[in-house]
Amino acid sequence: MGATRERHTLGDRMLRKEDGRFVRGKGNYVDDVQLPGMLHSAVLRSPFAHARIESIDTSAALELEGVHAVITGADLEAQGLAWMPTLAGDTQAVLATDKVRFQGQEVAFVVADDRYIAQDALELIDVDYEPLGAVVDSRKALGEGAPVIRDDKEGKEDNFLFFWDAGDKEAAERAFQEAEVTVRREMFYPRIHPAPMETCGSVADYDVSTGQMTIHMTSQAPHAHRTLFAMVSGLGEHQIRIISPDIGGGFGNKVPIYPGYVCGAVASLVLGHPVKWMESRSENLMSTSFARDYHMVGEIAATKDGRILGVRSEILADHGAFNAHAQPGEEFPTGFFPIFTSCYDIPAAYAEATGVYSNKAPGGIAYRCSFRVTEAIYLMERTMDVLADELDMDPVELRRKNFIKKEQMPYHSVMGWEYDGGDYEGALQEALRIAGYEDLLAEQRKAREDGKIMGIGVSTFTEIVGAGPGKQCHIAGIEMFDSAELRLHPTGKAILKLGVKSQGQGHETTFAQIVAMELGIPAENIEVREGDTDNTPYGLGTYGSRSTPVCGAATSMVSRKVREKAKRIAAHMLEAAEDDLEWTGERFQVKGSPEQGKNMEEISFAAYTDVPEGEEAGLESVNYYDPPEMTYPFGAYLCVVEIDRGTGQVEVKRFIAVDDCGVRINPMVVDGQIHGGLAQGIGTALMEVIEFDEDGNHLNSSFMDYLMLTSMETPKYELGEFVTPSTHHPLGARGVAESPTVGSPAAVVNAVVDALSPYGVQHLDMPLTPDKVWRALRENGG
Amino acid sequence: MRIEVSVNGAPRAAEVEPRLLLVHFVREHLGLTGTHWGCDTSNCGACTVLLDGEPVKSCTLLTVRTDGHEVTTIEGLWSGTELTPVQEGFHQEHGLQCGFCTPGMIVTGTAFLERNPDPTEAEIREAISGNLCRCTGYENIIKSIRWAVEHPARSRESRVGSRE
Ligand code: FES
Ligand code: FES
Repeated sequence: MGATRERHTLGDRMLRKEDGRFVRGKGNYVDDVQLPGMLHSAVLRSPFAHARIESIDTSAALELEGVHAVITGADLEAQGLAWMPTLAGDTQAVLATDKVRFQGQEVAFVVADDRYIAQDALELIDVDYEPLGAVVDSRKALGEGAPVIRDDKEGKEDNFLFFWDAGDKEAAERAFQEAEVTVRREMFYPRIHPAPMETCGSVADYDVSTGQMTIHMTSQAPHAHRTLFAMVSGLGEHQIRIISPDIGGGFGNKVPIYPGYVCGAVASLVLGHPVKWMESRSENLMSTSFARDYHMVGEIAATKDGRILGVRSEILADHGAFNAHAQPGEEFPTGFFPIFTSCYDIPAAYAEATGVYSNKAPGGIAYRCSFRVTEAIYLMERTMDVLADELDMDPVELRRKNFIKKEQMPYHSVMGWEYDGGDYEGALQEALRIAGYEDLLAEQRKAREDGKIMGIGVSTFTEIVGAGPGKQCHIAGIEMFDSAELRLHPTGKAILKLGVKSQGQGHETTFAQIVAMELGIPAENIEVREGDTDNTPYGLGTYGSRSTPVCGAATSMVSRKVREKAKRIAAHMLEAAEDDLEWTGERFQVKGSPEQGKNMEEISFAAYTDVPEGEEAGLESVNYYDPPEMTYPFGAYLCVVEIDRGTGQVEVKRFIAVDDCGVRINPMVVDGQIHGGLAQGIGTALMEVIEFDEDGNHLNSSFMDYLMLTSMETPKYELGEFVTPSTHHPLGARGVAESPTVGSPAAVVNAVVDALSPYGVQHLDMPLTPDKVWRALRENGG
Repeated sequence: MRIEVSVNGAPRAAEVEPRLLLVHFVREHLGLTGTHWGCDTSNCGACTVLLDGEPVKSCTLLTVRTDGHEVTTIEGLWSGTELTPVQEGFHQEHGLQCGFCTPGMIVTGTAFLERNPDPTEAEIREAISGNLCRCTGYENIIKSIRWAVEHPARSRESRVGSRE
């Protein structure tokens, strides 16, 4: 196939450079790291959702042959390490001291010769618990007599976490008073889990002789994690090296710092051996960060003919036992939920949220989502359909009536965002064309006559992705810029080092394509490195679709900086004035005499062999890019479902997705991202959920009961392409990987509700399991 | 217990605990880390290897059960720089993102094509339904296996990842 002999650049369907190691089984994931003298570990976890710890006896475990250490909360407390700060500014127990606050919470950490012995030792630890009442339903968390979960905080007498609001309450109130029609819909976005195929883990390797701590870990943000480790441990930041090797999927699961990482590092420090910590699947599903868990109310005020006058939203947010919410700063306790007016021209909007603690795992993180955009768009798109139903109007028509027009760009939303271009009507039109909407409607009429239960659902939306700007968005105070460092070698080959970290998004290919376009050298000749804090510039990492918007921009900018110097060298080589040179995309040439020119390969060589006077040798630069604004990818989705009357099983017959992520760096990779996101979004709508019984027992702690789409349930995706360049990005690109998880759940639910509407069903909460759908049909005579 | 097993064509003798799972034997004792581990309940297929040519989930099999048998892992499918059509298909059709499910998918797909050299799309979907992928949404995996059907000869000039 000889891909290496072609010259690929931005916009090409370039096959991925990273594939070679993965298809051979030569990837290097954390669990593949084996170091001499390495010990293994296991975590003892709480069987109770809420209980006081009376005593812990580790003596029998310590006596087991092959056990090196058993660490408890008391041991950590002696070092001031029993609690750690979360990314949301709260505290979280590393190992429980006073109480356990959710089922699966970390209680003790065993280090042993191998993982089997470590597991055996867990059985020998004796913990005496005094069970307490648990709160698992956020609606009861603030109720009379609810047990206080965070009594570790002085004076804390309830489970209240935060209140937040945004928008213009009075203006919204007026809109609702004056409206001809208002609708109100309560809905629940259930707790789900990112569940990457690789669980979380680390290998901490403390070198006693040098004082250096190297931690190989599943980290989506290695630089930020190094800073946090330094702040918590007291080690110098220069003595800590985080290496994030190949990551087997992240989706937000690998953004927080988990107790296992900290315990592994402590154990390595104490024992002087490398220590591996690797979660099992049930540990991953039970204790690492969940997503969503939002009770929401959506309200729209409109005219009789469907013009929206105002929207309101009320949220009850369950953050679990410790607030470990991923957010771009404490100023955003609901992340970017304020994007909820979405792609519609809405004159008045107001949202408020109350956050509470519960006896559930800490979170919630941004699962394939730019900080609660998923919840916001689901709320809006579901409420839009409720309004369409109330007005007896085609949901497509209602959306069209309210779209922000492309002539209104750059649009300033009433919630304070500046959009970067968009043609929502155009994208919807394209989705309808692919779907054959008129024919579909006819098919549905016919299906209904034949007694079939068929539904069509649409969802149109804009996201907001690519945090910074640094002045607005930060992690623990560190502004959310990102970085790229580019060096050209004498032979014209290059190395690009990034502050972000791929978890499967294909950075080794797509970022090389950006440099290729900027410098006119083939992407094949550019090696991309990420994830090692010793060898990459400081960056904030990959999540919230920020790699392309922020680090992609940094890559463009650093290439342009290199090109500036290259131009000076070319002028020297061509004995011409700099002003007389022009850049053709491939080389610098003398204006008016195209036969005189130098390409990047020739210039690189000269940078090391024939540097002009007053110029430093070498050809390299670094750029820290702070985006002036975010980017706003948008899409129009259409879903067709059919429901089996006998079983309630929902089958997704068709799924059409038209996404606009601006200029596409590699269309193959973009499509792949959309496929994957759709599978996760459809899974969310139909089957994924984490539930608890009243005592706080986790009911979905394995892949037997945490169901995800398999190849059997996934539809064939029908993708359409739409390109409106972003005005906020040097390449015109936006993030893309999260649009499908943001936009698709509402399309599926809208389709199912549409299918069931002849039976009087107006809403069903996700997941739309056969059981739930069957009941809804039965209760309504279907 | 002492076992003798052929792994990727090479005879191996080892002293193992009766409870040792095959996935840990190949990964930790033999250093063949291409076989992955993704769940506790035999649901994900990341650990798929061939036992006498049949795909099995190595997280569910005790190592001692392989005594006297042949085990093939992802590392045993290719030799030198040469890829199999299924491996090449995954590259050509963008059948992988994070790559974690990929060895299991390739092993499953390879064994499946041995039995059914010209499958329909529906048959491919069924064949890989015991392997979970969280990244790709499966569509490109199906295309990848189809690619192998259409390009059965080993592609000699394959240089994927060789970075010449
Ligand atoms: S690890 Fe074997 S099936 Fe999941
Ligand atoms: S490619 Fe990541 S799980 Fe399949």
